Amino acid sequence: MSFHPNELARRARVASWALVGMFVLLLSAFFKTQVVNYTKYSQQSETNRLREVPLPAPRGIIYDRNNQVIAENVPGYAVSILSPSADSLRAALNRLSAIIPISQEQIELSVRRFSRARNRPVAVFSDAPFDEVSVLEERRIDFPGLIIQSAPKRYYPDSSAVASIAGYVGEVTEAELTNPKYQGYKTGQSVGKGGLERQYETRLRGKEGVRFVEVDAMGRVVREAGARDEVAAEPAAPLYTNIDLPLQRFMAKIFADSLQGGAIAIDPKTGGVLALYSAPSYNPNRFVGGIPPELWKQLNSDPRKPLYNKVTQARYPPGSTWKLATAAVALQRGLVKLDDRMPVACTGGFQFGNRYFRCWEPKGHGNLTLAEAIEKSCDVYFYQLGLKVGLSELVAGGLKLGAGTKTSIDLPDEARPRFPYDDVVGYYNRKYGKNGWSQAVVLNLSIGQGENSQTIVSMARFYTALATDGSAARPEIVRDKPDRTQILQLAPEQLAGLRAALAGVITSGTAGSARIEGVVLAGKTGTAQNSEDPLHHHAWFVGYAPAGDPTIVVAVMLEFGGHGTRAARIASKIIQSYLHVEPTTLINTDG
Amino acid sequence: MRRVVADYPLILCALLLSAYGVAMVYSAGQTDVPTVATHAWTAQIRWVILSIGLAYAVSRASVRFFEWASLPLYILTCLLLLGLLKFGGGAGDAASSKSWLVIAGHRLGQPAEVAKVAVILMLARELGARREAPRSLLELWKPAVVVGIPWLLIMLQPDLGSGMVFIGIFFAMLFWSGVPLPLLILIASPAVSLVLAFNTSLWGAWFLALLALVLWYRPYMWEGVTLMLANVFMGVLAPILWERLAPYQRHRLQVFLDPSIDPRNSGWHVIQSQVAIGSGGWIGKGFLGGTQKRLAFLPEQHTDFIFAVVGEELGLLGVTVALSLFLFLVLRAVRTASNANDSFGSLVAFGLAASWLVHVSVNVGMTLNLMPITGIPLPFFSYGGSFMLACWLSIGLMMRISSEGRGGRVGELAI
Repeated sequence: MSFHPNELARRARVASWALVGMFVLLLSAFFKTQVVNYTKYSQQSETNRLREVPLPAPRGIIYDRNNQVIAENVPGYAVSILSPSADSLRAALNRLSAIIPISQEQIELSVRRFSRARNRPVAVFSDAPFDEVSVLEERRIDFPGLIIQSAPKRYYPDSSAVASIAGYVGEVTEAELTNPKYQGYKTGQSVGKGGLERQYETRLRGKEGVRFVEVDAMGRVVREAGARDEVAAEPAAPLYTNIDLPLQRFMAKIFADSLQGGAIAIDPKTGGVLALYSAPSYNPNRFVGGIPPELWKQLNSDPRKPLYNKVTQARYPPGSTWKLATAAVALQRGLVKLDDRMPVACTGGFQFGNRYFRCWEPKGHGNLTLAEAIEKSCDVYFYQLGLKVGLSELVAGGLKLGAGTKTSIDLPDEARPRFPYDDVVGYYNRKYGKNGWSQAVVLNLSIGQGENSQTIVSMARFYTALATDGSAARPEIVRDKPDRTQILQLAPEQLAGLRAALAGVITSGTAGSARIEGVVLAGKTGTAQNSEDPLHHHAWFVGYAPAGDPTIVVAVMLEFGGHGTRAARIASKIIQSYLHVEPTTLINTDG
Repeated sequence: MRRVVADYPLILCALLLSAYGVAMVYSAGQTDVPTVATHAWTAQIRWVILSIGLAYAVSRASVRFFEWASLPLYILTCLLLLGLLKFGGGAGDAASSKSWLVIAGHRLGQPAEVAKVAVILMLARELGARREAPRSLLELWKPAVVVGIPWLLIMLQPDLGSGMVFIGIFFAMLFWSGVPLPLLILIASPAVSLVLAFNTSLWGAWFLALLALVLWYRPYMWEGVTLMLANVFMGVLAPILWERLAPYQRHRLQVFLDPSIDPRNSGWHVIQSQVAIGSGGWIGKGFLGGTQKRLAFLPEQHTDFIFAVVGEELGLLGVTVALSLFLFLVLRAVRTASNANDSFGSLVAFGLAASWLVHVSVNVGMTLNLMPITGIPLPFFSYGGSFMLACWLSIGLMMRISSEGRGGRVGELAI
């Protein structure tokens, strides 16, 4: 080699510069990675190691008017599983199914859920029983992605007694997740499915928190806590309702298992719903954490429709309870006074054209005043009164009373009552054809039959107007802002007369068995024919007490319950329970 | 025997690097799930101590002794490598390769590490014995054979990484012996052509530049023609070779160019390594605190990818310190080379410097995807006994050459 010092020094210079160049190049590459792209890589390293475990927020507690609990949260256990891939999830669940019961459908459902949110744990059980949890805890080492955490669980201390109001919660379904209404919901979260739980979902929901667990490259949970500060769940504010829980319980008890129908009690002054019950009921606690499929099937196929709220969703012909509406419309228009009599006395029926319309009392009521006709519920009187008012006026008046509109009670899926609309002729033409009907329809309408079916809550609302100054209160379960609408345009003495007649129904009329000692109960029975079962009529009673200064309006409807007096007896017991008046022996006068 | 004047800065630098390295091997073992690396640091400390002892022993022997010993050592090494092809064993990820010397079931070490030193000694002897540096291709046949035999044996194991180091050593020592740079470029040109052939215009530009170089440098006519033809041949051959590559080999090359095409398999190592380094930021996540390492996202964290642990836990600061120590080490070696009082010692020192440089740049470049993954260890850092021995053996040689060398002359930048 050429080993001259000058030569060497020159080469050393070249080599040294090359080295320094290399050093600078490498260092700048590190600068680019560690400083310029720091955010990107830092995020990537966090996504590598952290998995978000949702911390369910406690739902808002639902209280009754005396701050007694209707719905609360109790500690439960949620089991979920973290997985790097769908295949390993399926494998883990298959292994789990050897220890605790998991069906094949559940496994497939979990895999579908996983594909929606891959870095969230898949909920396996949102409410696992304690013994299963302890089995899983023992075998935890075998299931490295398993996450068991306590999660607030909805609990209804009065179970089926409050189901009609509270509703229930369940896991948000796949169908709901695609609905824009449920934007922001994530798979595995629970959501209100009925009743107040659904109506006030946004207020009851709370804000989900998040906990971070650390996983290793194989997806095993390495650290349960402390990997990163958790975001605590924010519980929702409580919901204060007008419900009177003792009354609610009483209502549930009195309906027991045998009766089928619904009842509502409203404070006529505020519209506050004191109690609301639909029979038969169901146990909402069974829905928490996923309802067993057999039970779900059974509830849905039960002909008595326990999941259906008969107070707000079912429509029944109002029968004689509607006679007050006919009377009010006639009084408002000045067509009749309370002591006016009709041309034809009741002999047990009324001939109109070529048809004979019966009174419910075959013996006949004789010649009655309007007040007496209300007391005795005489059909013949009201046939004639209806004819006097005329079809279009009767319908227009009924619509003003709210016969065709929802009450806007704060429960989901309220049904709109069925009633002819303003264009009466058009309505009947469309329904029966141009020549398919006659003026005889007015006879049926005037006694609450025919093209009229009302919800229990809409009848109760109408009676809040009778119980007060003629303004109907919007029924509200959650204490909000009372809202009233003047629906009766009656002079004070007309209203007083109507109320006296209603009180007469109890003291001497059809609902004689429902008298309460010391407190005057005013109300109207109804025995409504229905198309489903011609032999068993629907039994209605709508009334209020005390008659002088009403503090409670009660509507009771017994499906296929027979005579309205049965409903009246139940209503009277409900009112007794609310007003704390000792019950007296009921005199059973049929009439 | 002459008194050894120790090159204290060099020793200090090597000690610092070894201490840094042991600390990182220790950290690499601190994972959430125990791995083979968990207790590697204790073995590494033993190896460091043993290696320092060896370095001291080597520094007591004269440079002349090594010049004398280089031929037998070289022959021995070649025989060992040859035997390895028949009896060698694999390890870890590279279980199918035959790089380990296994006797009676015990894995004793990787002879390739020692072979690097043997080749440097032999090449220094060959090149140092000449009066003039080789100036034509024909004159290069002897050094080419010296490197070629062990290179071929190692490539057959196969150990691509060590093969690259041999080539680096070869070119560096030719340069140091005085082979003109243009000739070196011309020698390397067919390989460059092979790579550039995938882009016709790029290859065209390279070819024209080469032509200009040939016209300016004026090698022998036949040399120029041969090399240009070789470039054309490579350019034509490349696409054919590409077609004939096994799909997995093609895949590996593609992943090197863009690791994100296969993030969970072949791209995994380099992606996770970059994430580890990048998430370290300025000062890192703290010693032992690297999450990529701790949670097993980072593979080979105590061997080939140990520098990613440095980047993740100690950040750009730790990287700069480590790279500066390496820079100092290599510059110091270059200084030793230029101050050596005979051509053999000078060439050995430069060869060792080149070997370190190739190791560091390829290994560190690999962690950032600047270099393909070839499984080349990082001097003084990567866990492994024979490599640590080889590193300190080089330090011992360097100390001896430095103490026998002249004091005064310093290359401008050589510290």
